Amino acid sequence: MSAALEVKGLTTQFSTRKGAVTAVNDVSFSVQPGRILGLVGESGSGKSVTGFSIMGLIDEPGRIIGGQVMVQGADMRKMSTEEQRKMRGRAVSMVFQDPMMTLNPVLRVGDQMAMAVRVHDKVNKAAAWERAREALEIVGIPAPRERLQAYPHQLSGGMRQRVAIATALLHRPAVIIADEPTTALDVSIQGQILAEVRRLADDIGTAIVWVTHDLAVVSSLADDIAVMYAGRIVESGTAEQVIANPRHPYTRGLIDSVPGLHEPGQDLPQIPGSTPQLVNLPSGCPFRSRCPRATDICASFPHNTGTEAHSVLCHHPLEAT
Amino acid sequence: MLSYFITRIAQAIVVVFAMSVIVFVGVFAIGNPIDVMIDPGATQAIREKLIAQYGLDQPLVVQYWTFLRNVFAGDLGTSMVYNIPVVDLVFSRFPATLELVAVSVLIAVGVGIPAGLWAGYRPDSFGAKLVMALSVLGFSVPTFWIGMLLIMGFAVELGWLPSGGRGDEATFLGVSSSLFTLDGWSHVIMPAINLSLFKMGLMIRLTRAGMVEAMGTDYVKFARAQGLPDRQIVFSHILRNISIPIVTVLGLELGSTLAFAVVTESVFNWPGVGKLIIDSILQLDRPVMVSYLIMVVILFVLINLVVDLVYARLDPRVRLKGGA
Repeated sequence: MSAALEVKGLTTQFSTRKGAVTAVNDVSFSVQPGRILGLVGESGSGKSVTGFSIMGLIDEPGRIIGGQVMVQGADMRKMSTEEQRKMRGRAVSMVFQDPMMTLNPVLRVGDQMAMAVRVHDKVNKAAAWERAREALEIVGIPAPRERLQAYPHQLSGGMRQRVAIATALLHRPAVIIADEPTTALDVSIQGQILAEVRRLADDIGTAIVWVTHDLAVVSSLADDIAVMYAGRIVESGTAEQVIANPRHPYTRGLIDSVPGLHEPGQDLPQIPGSTPQLVNLPSGCPFRSRCPRATDICASFPHNTGTEAHSVLCHHPLEAT
Repeated sequence: MLSYFITRIAQAIVVVFAMSVIVFVGVFAIGNPIDVMIDPGATQAIREKLIAQYGLDQPLVVQYWTFLRNVFAGDLGTSMVYNIPVVDLVFSRFPATLELVAVSVLIAVGVGIPAGLWAGYRPDSFGAKLVMALSVLGFSVPTFWIGMLLIMGFAVELGWLPSGGRGDEATFLGVSSSLFTLDGWSHVIMPAINLSLFKMGLMIRLTRAGMVEAMGTDYVKFARAQGLPDRQIVFSHILRNISIPIVTVLGLELGSTLAFAVVTESVFNWPGVGKLIIDSILQLDRPVMVSYLIMVVILFVLINLVVDLVYARLDPRVRLKGGA
């Protein structure tokens, strides 16, 4: 089966006064239909920029300078601006972090969703509203007909995020980029949304890229995990492989710093230092200044020392079990 | 909603009352209108008779009380200069001002909002920078000077347009206006452009600021992620969101131009209320000044009420309620 989304060598730069910053550096991954990829990283690791680059929604001063974004085998990067626009919402869609901000406060939910329907399908307004109602039903919103009449401020945060997800689902896209969509929600609501998303991926066969900094979320949700650090994917594999047997010292550090995996009463281990400034990134492994395993060889950039299925960019990977 | 209206009307009454006191006292302090009106050769006896006739020998409080009583009887007084009721006088001049202001606001909105949208949509383009530079000129160069330049250029040098006055009127559907004749338009267009420049500059800057802010919001990114074309995002999503500050300023501007289009009306000799108030101040025509300013207050209160109602239409989060 061909991948719903295949990203190869994606590189995105931002020009700043201090020079070009490579926010996404040679990123490659693929997602099969119905599978969920967890794209994990700290703030500033480039995970959100990766999402926007896939959508073709990088604004000045940012620029995608290389790579391929294949959606169902078609390279988005080779398309004209207008063709890309027609892909968005129909073949590849996106959900954002803050459900308070993603819906237009002055338009009815139904009008916003109907607009999203009619931009790709030439149907009349009534039919578009009906499609919107069905979409709300799919994401488990009770009394969808009434919700369509509501304005966003009349809905709760969880409800709004469901509306956003329903909107992203309107055209049954092959790929949905979810940019930390549960971060702003209550834990209980978060659980419900995660369960819905898992079910949607299974039922509809949409491939989902779940961008998050929360390893606990992806470990329960995702099929595959890619860990980003300083614009690169430093480790990727199936969720079981990466969580149970992390091979990159950075991944190890991330997992160790998740509360709940430890005995209560003990200090939580931390990764020393902070994420590097992307402006003047030193050569070699970007993690080496924080890495307990670093040696002289880390001054040269590491290549994949793992396997095809469980890759790791490290000169001194932890042992595979 | 009802309590909102009651609160607003109560507020309006207080404002109008306070305004009438201030205006009355202020006008009283300016001077005695009889001295301006009367023939300098008149005897002291005639002078005192006239003063008594207008009730100007009474103390301020009594004069104000008489004025209030007359107002409640529906009589705002009679012009001392024209010797006709003030209400008739103002309403005979009002249509001219209304025409001028309506045309100028239409120009300001029709040019300013699209220009502002463009300038906010492509803030780094040359066109946007040019628009912004012109907007600065629009509200920093004095109106009277631009007015005189326009007259010099289009009336004196080129001879395309008349230099002042209001054109022929025609009646259409029972309304008499100079906007129904070509001659009327040739007269109104130059003062209207002159009057619109400041507002246009304001509209451009407001619209641009709103547009720039909106372009960075998540709801716009989300709309783009749904594949909506930019044109639809601007007109269906953004315009509605940024229209609230625009409507506010437009309302205030509409009120102040209706009331004080004084400079432009003077430069272009336009027979509107602005010119009337200037003349009446020069001649110390006290009833005209007082009544006119009170009418202006009422006008402002009404415009603000309309602006609030428009808010509630534009922004579903705004619920009109009394008290606030």
